[in-house]
Amino acid sequence: MLKKLIYLILIEKMVVGLINANPVVYEKKERRPRTGPVVLEDEYAVESIDQLEIFDHIRDIKDPEHPYSLEDLKVITEDAIEVDDKRSYVRVTFTPTVEHCSMATVIGLCLRVKLMRSLPSRYKVDIRVAPGTHATEAAVNKQLNDKERVAAALENPNLVGMVDDCLAPSFE
Amino acid sequence: MASVSEDNLELQEIQKLEGHTDRVWGLAWNPTSGADGVPAVLASCSGDKTVKIWQKSPSTSSFHLKATIEETHTRTVRSCSWSPSGKLLATASFDATTAIWEQVGDDFECLATLEGHENEVKSVSWNASGSLLATCSRDKSIWIWEALPGNEFDCVSVLQGHTQDVKMVLWHPSEDILFSCSYDNTIKVWAEDGDSDDWHCVQTLKEANNGHSSTVWSISFNATGDKMVTSSDDLSIKVWGADIVRVQSGEGYAPWKHLCTLSGYHDRTVFSVHWSREGIISSGAADDAIRLFVENQDDLGDGPMYRLLSKKEKAHEQDVNCVQWGSKESGLLASSSDDCSVKIWKLGPRH
Repeated sequence: MLKKLIYLILIEKMVVGLINANPVVYEKKERRPRTGPVVLEDEYAVESIDQLEIFDHIRDIKDPEHPYSLEDLKVITEDAIEVDDKRSYVRVTFTPTVEHCSMATVIGLCLRVKLMRSLPSRYKVDIRVAPGTHATEAAVNKQLNDKERVAAALENPNLVGMVDDCLAPSFE
Repeated sequence: MASVSEDNLELQEIQKLEGHTDRVWGLAWNPTSGADGVPAVLASCSGDKTVKIWQKSPSTSSFHLKATIEETHTRTVRSCSWSPSGKLLATASFDATTAIWEQVGDDFECLATLEGHENEVKSVSWNASGSLLATCSRDKSIWIWEALPGNEFDCVSVLQGHTQDVKMVLWHPSEDILFSCSYDNTIKVWAEDGDSDDWHCVQTLKEANNGHSSTVWSISFNATGDKMVTSSDDLSIKVWGADIVRVQSGEGYAPWKHLCTLSGYHDRTVFSVHWSREGIISSGAADDAIRLFVENQDDLGDGPMYRLLSKKEKAHEQDVNCVQWGSKESGLLASSSDDCSVKIWKLGPRH
């Protein structure tokens, strides 16, 4: 399924140019410097710190089509991350730039791979598109959360290459 | 072993088998091993592209690595299955092939490679007599192969019908009826029309028939073959029943009906279910836990109901992909995980 998507994307690119030739680029959010260890009275304060940590892992992932980060394009925002460190759970909701974005599964895969490589192995990760922002939302979500499909896709060298290209800026 | 109706049973970890360098997807106990002086043998298959064979040592009662089958599959080995005679092992891989192996001394030799699927093969299953093999794939099809003399395998039918990736195939324990479950949320039942090699879908268990509302990952039958349990990404497991006596007596096909849904027990996808000969259903899920269910003895007359017998939280450090009860020894369970390990458990009285 993902292999088919790549071929479609390549063909589409050759014929009609970029799917979203004029993405909206948002002003970058100022990065809050992390302060040293803080004594926390409120246990919920721990979650918001972890939310930023998750965001820091993924904000610089490059969009597959444009030389902008997912943060630049507001594909992901800090608020769209739900973390429960005690239960080792995180859910990232992302917003594709256009409703028919065929890059949605690639973006979702990039998010999943980056978090897999960055978080402790005890973490359970759910990735989904923001409700109402994609034409085939249920289908995209199902693929992104099928572990076996993700594993098989990541054995495809072309797709892995594409993902690695998108992830490179986020490792710096 | 204590009676199943007692509530004081739990799984005790006997051994952790390490060696695989990637997640362990599937397990299969050799059906003729584990009793009468034949030490128990377990096969495990992994994302590391190998299959490992573990054997129980009669002297120490612990399992050791007997063999590693490598250098044939070029991608993840997703599932493995022994023939009923215990002589052959079939392995299904993301490389789109299914390989058949035979033990020769301490090694395993590849007898045949079955090709045909367009992409990843997800599951392989032998029928009760060992004359037929079924495989399924992300290409949405199921292939039925006939085992011929001279280690030849001929494809006798390609079954189309599922609209998505087929996750598992399993033959009925006594009849030549094939069951499959899929990413399309359904379970399909396939039977042959007479003896004509004309296989077709005789029943589909959909959401509308009290079926699952998301991907169905696994199927297992009880010992008598009149009930089956299925597990799903919808976080439930479902029990189904059929009047199997009708089928066995040749009165034609008996449809499967939903009997019971167990929901609220699992927090994440249930990847595997397996029904023991003694009637205990075990489940392995993405919340790292193994759960055991038994029939509820306080039958209120509405048909069989099931209850949770025991829950082993953090059975593994990551997702549990497969659970399999031992072939002969009662109360013996193997589990495999994304944490790259296989664990051996024994059901015993709670301490």
